Amino acid sequence: MVAQPKPTLEAVEEQLLPGAGFLLHEAASKEIFTAERFSDEHKAFYKTAVDFVEKQVVPRHKDIEHKVDGVMPDLLRKAGELGFHMVDIPEAFGGLGLDKTTTCLVSEALARQGSFSVAIGAHNGIGMLPLVFFGSDELKKEWLPKFADASVIGAYALTEPGSGSDALAAKTTAVLSEDGKHWVLNGSKMWITNGHIADVFTVFAKIDGKKFSAFLVPAKTPGLSIGREEPKMGIRGSSTTALSFDNVKVPKENLLGEEGKGHKIAFNILNMGRLRLGVAVMGGCKMILSVATKYAKERKQFGQSLSEFRIIQQKLADMAVATYCGESTSYRTTGSVDAATAKAKDSPNLAQKLVDAIEEYNIEASIMKVSGSEALDYIADEAVQIHGGYGYSEEYAVECAYRDSRINRIFEGTNEINRMLIPGTILKRAMKGQLDIMPVTQEIQESLHRAASPVPQQGTGPLAEEQQLAELVRKATVYTLGTAAMKLMTELEKEQEQLTMLADMIIDAYTIDTVVRRAMQAQNETNEKAAALHRLFAKVAAVEIYDRAMARARRIVVELFPDADQYTRFMELKRLHLDVTAPVVVLKRQIAEAVIEADGYPLSYV
Amino acid sequence: MKILVTVKRVTDYERKVKISPDGLSLVTEGMNFVPNPFDEIAVEEALRLQKAHGGEVVVISIGHKDASKEIRQALAMGADRGIHVIAEELDPDAVARLLMKIVEEEKPELVIMGKQATDDDANQAGQLLAGYLGWPQATFASKVEGLDSEAEKAQTPGVVIAGGEATVIREIDGGLETLKLKLPAIVTTDLRLNHPRFASLPGIMKAKKKPIKEVPVASFGVDITPKVRNVKYAEPPARKAGVKVADVAELVNKLKTEAKVI
Ligand SMILES: Cc1cc2nc3c(=O)[nH]c(=O)nc-3n(C[C@H](O)[C@H](O)[C@H](O)COP(=O)(O)OP(=O)(O)OC[C@H]3O[C@@H](n4cnc5c(N)ncnc54)[C@H](O)[C@@H]3O)c2cc1C
Repeated sequence: MVAQPKPTLEAVEEQLLPGAGFLLHEAASKEIFTAERFSDEHKAFYKTAVDFVEKQVVPRHKDIEHKVDGVMPDLLRKAGELGFHMVDIPEAFGGLGLDKTTTCLVSEALARQGSFSVAIGAHNGIGMLPLVFFGSDELKKEWLPKFADASVIGAYALTEPGSGSDALAAKTTAVLSEDGKHWVLNGSKMWITNGHIADVFTVFAKIDGKKFSAFLVPAKTPGLSIGREEPKMGIRGSSTTALSFDNVKVPKENLLGEEGKGHKIAFNILNMGRLRLGVAVMGGCKMILSVATKYAKERKQFGQSLSEFRIIQQKLADMAVATYCGESTSYRTTGSVDAATAKAKDSPNLAQKLVDAIEEYNIEASIMKVSGSEALDYIADEAVQIHGGYGYSEEYAVECAYRDSRINRIFEGTNEINRMLIPGTILKRAMKGQLDIMPVTQEIQESLHRAASPVPQQGTGPLAEEQQLAELVRKATVYTLGTAAMKLMTELEKEQEQLTMLADMIIDAYTIDTVVRRAMQAQNETNEKAAALHRLFAKVAAVEIYDRAMARARRIVVELFPDADQYTRFMELKRLHLDVTAPVVVLKRQIAEAVIEADGYPLSYV
Repeated sequence: MKILVTVKRVTDYERKVKISPDGLSLVTEGMNFVPNPFDEIAVEEALRLQKAHGGEVVVISIGHKDASKEIRQALAMGADRGIHVIAEELDPDAVARLLMKIVEEEKPELVIMGKQATDDDANQAGQLLAGYLGWPQATFASKVEGLDSEAEKAQTPGVVIAGGEATVIREIDGGLETLKLKLPAIVTTDLRLNHPRFASLPGIMKAKKKPIKEVPVASFGVDITPKVRNVKYAEPPARKAGVKVADVAELVNKLKTEAKVI
């Protein structure tokens, strides 16, 4: 049994698992951070962001989408007045130095307008964080106050025409000028968000064609030209352009971090970007669910509201469950990063500690990025479906949401790349002795070799069965991951199909662990109505995840062992089999009822 | 200039309220609460006047212990300190008499209140307070220039203070009226007075450290037995679906024979 939860970050700190640690311990057994534990300030920040986006951004939707001159910079400056860009700036440089939960809560709220969300993320996220984490004190003093009020707008220029996923293959070069005072940049960049409105770019280039490094480059520097606006499928209000560098001279001091350490900057900024994107897409899910629900209530066919048809109810319920999963993994992960850095608040090394913590949880960030962006695509698609023909019309918000959603599977590392990173990073850490997954694999394999029947039910209480399902999913995941690693060894890297399936198992393992644990904690931390909703969400998610995870595990075993060994593996996996008798259709009807009553996602922070 | 502003915690006007089965109260479990929107306008006006004339803005809430959240929000907007009178649901008369005590102690030059609270829409507390204090009052304060005006963009106060007098534009049936009041005075705010600012993130951080004095309602020695009794809550009757008419003749006919209005 778990001790009575203490709803504070300290409780999480005490039981904090390392990155991917959820695979190593009994499922749903550790304290996690959840939305139920937001502080009053967290809620107040969120409310300000919601008020701002609804009253100042959404009403300018048409102007934003038509890129009316000056609208986006104006909105970024208004966001600056309210302090949104100060969240990640340390206090020592005039910022607020708030935790990552706050960063992500604000991103979640601002996601209600897709183009704005992407533009502000490029400014105070990927555009500004290289400076915050890796810039010299002089550069920070000079630039951060201007980022804070958006008198200067930032952007991040990594991708090139010839190098997207393979970012380190960049061809842009930097050479020290003869007098040793300047870097001279040559090359080109592609798909740069904020291209037309940015005043300063973080540019990645190779010193002497070899040492990958990052530089702060003012937009007005001679030789830097900005390409035409890229006409795009979605997020049309955000500016996206190519850049070309023809002997662009920047002061020597504008190098960020050390020469040749640019990959560290690029990857760490991507880690943070994924965390933030994972939460932002969940904010998008909530917005779209609300639009779809209201429409389903108003539109009548066959003399009934669409929301009275069971299949529409099921869609609304499925959308809400996916949102709950995203919300739960989002704030568990930001809470882990915050708990890992809580003690470093006043440390002179805070920037490094933050980078380390974000790297520690980069597997979780990839999980959120992949599952969140796919949940959003799924929800946007179903929202269009619920709208029927009207969903295909530009007059309805879901049409834009559907187009806007698509980019999230592509940038911040494509979902394919992120999927391969998930098992890849775990195995790398195991190999380096940073993650004890091999002994756990052996333990599980042995127990499956011996056990005659499924693991007996472990816990008691309202979520005992879900906890058991979570534990079975965890074991199946570790089992298949470990078995695949032992069978293929270093060859596994080439087996992208297997890696992708393993990634999906790990995503499911993190999700089921998180939603079950959250629902357990919520039983003592909310009112009965909300607690009942948590139970419903956790139950539906657990059953569905269990079913698909076991099917996937079998498939992986079949693919790995097309030979005699297959039978043994099958028998081992069978011992994780449980006949799940809980029907979910009726539970989904109850969820749908709550969604319809609330005009959208039925849990709220305030 | 010292300004007192009242902020009431009310049920979220964007959510549907539910009536308890006995019809005697509203269901508050799982309900979301927000500051009364008219009071947010009052806070905004006070902050603008403070910017123009200096002084202090003190926020008062009388009600549930959780109303500290609404006070905190006003502090995050920029008010200086809070007073929280912890009490159960009260009627406007009890609220006015409690406020009178606080006014006597704090001695402000101006009290700004929302014209009414969006939960019970009573529209009485401000007038009663003025009556008890014997102070001049200007209810339904508004702005001639309107909310899209340059004056509003420049965050100019709608209430003009000069020479110990407040000039207030107020909304009345069919137009606007200008009143001059001798200070100290009571002003209650209407919707078109200003756009309240958002609480900024630095503002929220600062508000954490601003003082809120908690006072139990009993310590005032004021008789708070309600003079108004809630007899019954009921949902408004559901609106009947409309009908489409083919032409003017049919419309006129229906107005005569069915609606019987002409
Ligand atoms: C609207 C928009 C905004 C953007 N903003 C920015 C920005 O601000 N700054 C910036 O630097 N970049 C930005 N990008 C670029 C973005 O990050 C890249 O498009 C993305 O990383 C993918 O690179 P690519 O387009 O070259 O695709 P490719 O790398 O060519 O990939 C094409 C396909 O091949 C797959 N693939 C690639 N490599 C592998 C592999 N090893 N194994 C299996 N499959 C693989 C990919 O998953 C993908 O499905 C933006 C892009 C867009 C469209």
